[in-house]
Amino acid sequence: MSLDKDQLLDAYRCMRTIRMFEERLHDEFATGKIPGFVHLYAGEEASAAGVIRHLHADKKDTVGSTHRGHGHSIAIGCDIKAMMKEIYGREGGLCNAKGGSMHIADVSIGMLGANGIVGGGTSLSCGAALTAKVKKTGGVAVSFFGDGAFNQGMTLEAMNFARVYNLPVLFVLEDNGYAESTSSDWSIGGGDPVQRAAGFGLKGEKVDGRDFFAVDRAAADAIAAIRNGEGPRFIHVEFLRYYGHFEGDATTYRPKDEVSNERKYRDPLNIFRSRVVQGDLLSEDALNQIDDEVAKLIDEAVDEARNAPKPDLSTLSTDVYVSY
Amino acid sequence: MPEKTFREALNEAFFNEMRRDENVILLGEDIAGGMGSGGKQDAWGGVLGATSGLMTEFGRDRVFDTPISESAFIGAAAGAAVTGLRPVAQLMFVTFFGVAGDAIFNQMAKFRYMFGGEARTPCVIRTLYGAGTGAAAQHSDCYYPLFTHQPGLKVVIPSTPYEAKGLMITAIRDDDPVMFFEHQAMFSDKGEVPDEEYTIPFGEARIVREGKDATIVAFGRMVQFAEKAAKELAEGGVACEVIDPRTTSPLDSDAILKSVKKTGRLVIVDEALPRCGMASDISAIVSEHGFHTLKAPIHRVTPQHNPVPFAPNLEKAHIPSPEKIVDAVKSVIGGTS
Repeated sequence: MSLDKDQLLDAYRCMRTIRMFEERLHDEFATGKIPGFVHLYAGEEASAAGVIRHLHADKKDTVGSTHRGHGHSIAIGCDIKAMMKEIYGREGGLCNAKGGSMHIADVSIGMLGANGIVGGGTSLSCGAALTAKVKKTGGVAVSFFGDGAFNQGMTLEAMNFARVYNLPVLFVLEDNGYAESTSSDWSIGGGDPVQRAAGFGLKGEKVDGRDFFAVDRAAADAIAAIRNGEGPRFIHVEFLRYYGHFEGDATTYRPKDEVSNERKYRDPLNIFRSRVVQGDLLSEDALNQIDDEVAKLIDEAVDEARNAPKPDLSTLSTDVYVSY
Repeated sequence: MPEKTFREALNEAFFNEMRRDENVILLGEDIAGGMGSGGKQDAWGGVLGATSGLMTEFGRDRVFDTPISESAFIGAAAGAAVTGLRPVAQLMFVTFFGVAGDAIFNQMAKFRYMFGGEARTPCVIRTLYGAGTGAAAQHSDCYYPLFTHQPGLKVVIPSTPYEAKGLMITAIRDDDPVMFFEHQAMFSDKGEVPDEEYTIPFGEARIVREGKDATIVAFGRMVQFAEKAAKELAEGGVACEVIDPRTTSPLDSDAILKSVKKTGRLVIVDEALPRCGMASDISAIVSEHGFHTLKAPIHRVTPQHNPVPFAPNLEKAHIPSPEKIVDAVKSVIGGTS
């Protein structure tokens, strides 16, 4: 464990922010005030936090995300209040309320977008890596995708594409157990995603996605190798999402007690807390203080989003083109 | 002015822009040729030779022969564009768009809008279209209306070698994603093309020929056919105005409406299919905004509602011809006499 105290605090703050953002959204969605589809990342926090902390804006590193993109957006540094306004469909939203939860993006910081198309982001990350290669920026493109996307042709083509050009891409399979209602154990033919990636010539490993330190170590190794010119890598992060595919999903396909057991015994934030407290790395007080600060931030974000005006109708057809 | 082929005109545009801007890269299947082989490099220069010689000058770090993997490399073009390059990717035949449809329709076309105006995706997808080569149903489609339907894309259809060079340079310098349609039966067509660089603005129709009796709007290869028809009609005393919109998105509907106001008669020639095509679209625009200027019903000259056939006589019957255009003009003129 090589993180210093500030880095540990940052990692915890990141995971805590994602968790509170998502749990609050779960409650807010139930009030009927949030339009559209919302896909929550709770339970998967260690993946976004453990991988994205190794990326650097000055190297023009990028993240390609999924429909379950809030965690990646928070980890890379998207503005929390602007994200909340976006999800509420209000003025001041990160994408001017044109995108919503499924299309949150901030290209200026390397966040290339949540993506409503399963597998749609994988080839985009190859393109970002191509930019890094042609411009010699030293940058890395991380492509997060789910177990559903792992069976999409686009993803398989992207892995081959990255291999043949030796592109600086890290493919992160976030296997949260279910593609919508379909089990990933069933849908991923051949059984072992690491072996599948190896078939494309990508070195890879499987990590416990509940363990921030395991994800952090795997990401550190992979990204160092990529920056060293060794080409694309693969990580299979395994965990279970805490909520349904989308808010409103009754999750009748899940075994009873699956989520409650996960929360009780294998929660990524609890695991992190006990590790750093028992190891005398951080104090309970310091962690609790972050909890309070994050709670305040999320409260403010929700209040501001609820009270923000709806977007002006004059913006309906703006920003379709740069010029037309 | 020197005479050049459509192929050479495009090739000059690529050389010009790649020398001018190091962010311009090329992607596509066999656009250089010979990747990874033990034989000749730069062996093909693209399936019809338009990118010949570019790899030799600019190297394989800017000219990327790709695997046959359109989902990956058209998607990569979108990702590269939004992160600072200006990729020119070849979707070999537009009929193949289905395997790269997501990258075009859902990704590059929508980034700017979905992301609230923050993204720029300056890429060109060049693609072969059109019947007349015996390539049959899976290599001959005219799918530009599909892309015209999608906000966020610009759609360009050059009608001559001169137009091809100027419009391609404009396309590469444009900050939005551009679909650039190259008719496969036009690559050896010759025309005057200056050696110097020049641009042709999008959304400004070219008045190919002025006339007072009837307006003919035509796209791409059909512009040549419309000119032939207009010449023949002129011999019989009918003066046609031939309009080449150059781009279907943006579309210079003002130029069309202005011409119809003058002539009162409109024939639209479109090699794309009749349902939901450009002929139907322009017909709707003129009906809505220029109905009171029409002296006769609008006439559309298009193929029938079938895939492109193989047998040469069937294929010839499928494609609009100068003769059909002449007949169409005569019918709209006759309708008022």
